[in-house]
Amino acid sequence: MPQTLFDKIWDAHTIASGAGEAALVAIDFVFLHERTGAVALNSLQKAGREIRHPSRVFCTVDHIVSNAPERSESDARSPGGDVFIRETRAAAQRTGINFFDVMDPRQGIVHVIAPELGIVQPGATLVCPDSHTCSLGAFGAMAWGIGSSEAEHALATGTVRVAKPKQMRIRIEGQLGAGVSAKDLALHLIQVHGADGGQRMAIEFAGSTIRNMSVESRLTLCNLAVEFAAFTALIAPDAVTIDYLSGREFAPTGHVWHLARESWGKLRSDADAVFDAEIEIDAADVPPVVTWGTSPAQACSVRSGVPEIAALPAPAQASALKAMAYMGLSPGTAVMGLPVDGAFIGSCTNGRLEDLRAAASILRGRTVAPGVRAVCVPGSQSVRVDAEAEGLDKVFRDAGFSWGAPGCAMCFYAGGETFAPEARVMSSTNRNFEGRQGPGVRTHLASPAMVAAAAVSGCITDCRDVPGKAAT
Amino acid sequence: MNRQITRLQGITACLPFDNIDTDQIIPSREMKSTSKTDLAAGLFAGWRYVSAESRQCDPDFVLNQARCDGASILVSRSNFGCGSSREHAVWALREFGFRCIVAASFSQIFFRNCINNGILPVVLPAAAIGQIEALFAHDNSVLQLVVDLPEQAISPAGAASVWAFDIEASDKAALMTGRDPIAVTLESDSDIRAFIARDLERRPWIYSQARSGT
Ligand code: SF4
Repeated sequence: MPQTLFDKIWDAHTIASGAGEAALVAIDFVFLHERTGAVALNSLQKAGREIRHPSRVFCTVDHIVSNAPERSESDARSPGGDVFIRETRAAAQRTGINFFDVMDPRQGIVHVIAPELGIVQPGATLVCPDSHTCSLGAFGAMAWGIGSSEAEHALATGTVRVAKPKQMRIRIEGQLGAGVSAKDLALHLIQVHGADGGQRMAIEFAGSTIRNMSVESRLTLCNLAVEFAAFTALIAPDAVTIDYLSGREFAPTGHVWHLARESWGKLRSDADAVFDAEIEIDAADVPPVVTWGTSPAQACSVRSGVPEIAALPAPAQASALKAMAYMGLSPGTAVMGLPVDGAFIGSCTNGRLEDLRAAASILRGRTVAPGVRAVCVPGSQSVRVDAEAEGLDKVFRDAGFSWGAPGCAMCFYAGGETFAPEARVMSSTNRNFEGRQGPGVRTHLASPAMVAAAAVSGCITDCRDVPGKAAT
Repeated sequence: MNRQITRLQGITACLPFDNIDTDQIIPSREMKSTSKTDLAAGLFAGWRYVSAESRQCDPDFVLNQARCDGASILVSRSNFGCGSSREHAVWALREFGFRCIVAASFSQIFFRNCINNGILPVVLPAAAIGQIEALFAHDNSVLQLVVDLPEQAISPAGAASVWAFDIEASDKAALMTGRDPIAVTLESDSDIRAFIARDLERRPWIYSQARSGT
């Protein structure tokens, strides 16, 4: 019987399954971070249980750590947040897992460093108590977010019990237009098919657009699968994936590298594999997208605006009205020209080098509009070092952006640094939920180029109207 | 923690919106420690209190209404619990008193978190949820629902109408027995060990990769 890529990974990891039962699935790698790591590790200890395979467990410090350039090892971005860092550090040391501490040159956002360090690999299973773990499916891995209790289960048993999800293929063909990125593609998909459109399925992204995408763009696309309610996303590994992993710290070496490569080369859906659902997208149809509401599905082309209530299906109207009230917008308002108070570039969605380059090309020779507070935080130490080596930090600083130390930063509000209530913020992150960036903060999700264009214009602008300059 | 659920009759509250995310169920600022307790006060904090700094209840929010005192069943719409994987959302709901959540659909992670913490997540068609919402709106009086897990049915207390629901056999068994999932899995320890022995031959790179582990 023809199989999908997901079927193949699933079968290779199934220890036991029965009719009407969730399968017991082997977990190759577990990743933790300080927000949920200490809870899981401490609770495990309290129950008198041990970690089954500590050498295949990894932990970073990203969510609550301070983003101040001169931070020290337990500085947090929220009052009392240092407890999470200290307890996670102590638990990591006690259990002997791999720990990327605040001062470690490998530190960064979990979904940014898992690829950088070669921890995620094609055909592997990886879980993390963090919903954006689906990002890592970009490598042809089965990677998904779980809760703390399941993380304890994965740590103690090396397995997770999970029902096999249905599967969807999303084929994207053609070339994205100038100024249009993987972020726009993902938001477009969610806008058209709804925040529940992925229906807890495993989604394979396929087609020429995907094959021509960099690893970084693939990560951005898969990152947003959870905002589409998918179980996870994945992309078949190819030469781009394998080249990327070659020589990374935790990637296989020598003889086993060759064995691994050979196996990874076969990881793709059979030509006649059948999916439960299919969606096709013409890349040329995707515009730069901005969200106007408090769900990633409440989005529109930058050339369009907030919908009229009557134009929405009846069940969506109550949520739309609530979102408009929160966002301080009324039906029919154009998004272009809405004045912004803040701009944030960073996060596991768009905090990689490619993202910083896209924003910097627009910022070069320009300055942030008066009254706009603009913040850039690289996704990892490695991104920071690479960006600084090519002078991007200077471009950001000269334009009037602050340049922070790596971590999740203003992607979410932890109780400390935030924008003002009712501030309108263009953000390269993945969630525009009420209060996500702080009480009352009005988040508009967009690509790094769109965020940079808004920062220099002082209002939401079509990034194609603000031509970029390459580094000289 | 008692994870077991069989039959439950309880006061019901409705939150008639799609896509209620876990940042709303418990804002990040309310997760103050690395423990699983003392979270109920932060439940729906952004909607429940008049401002982020205050604990003064907003009388318009449904859980602040007298008819929802002691509520143990929450009814919402599609994609409930989307967003962050934080299990704190489920711990807060449970500590507040909820044992059953009814929605048109759930986020996958939230659904699993419910099962692992003794909350029954029930998926009903949008039409059935509309009927429950109408009962809840009627007269602004207390609505009691009866949830019967063995029979896989929900009905208003003392009424004839019944909504049937589906649930995976393994999830049903987990809630009906209330057993610790880790202990259950460890009963299959020999299968797990046999799998690893086979897998080591097939995919040695997964195991060699961990060489840097300290
Ligand atoms: S950057 Fe944001 S979305 Fe990504 S892991 Fe951190 S908090 Fe979560």
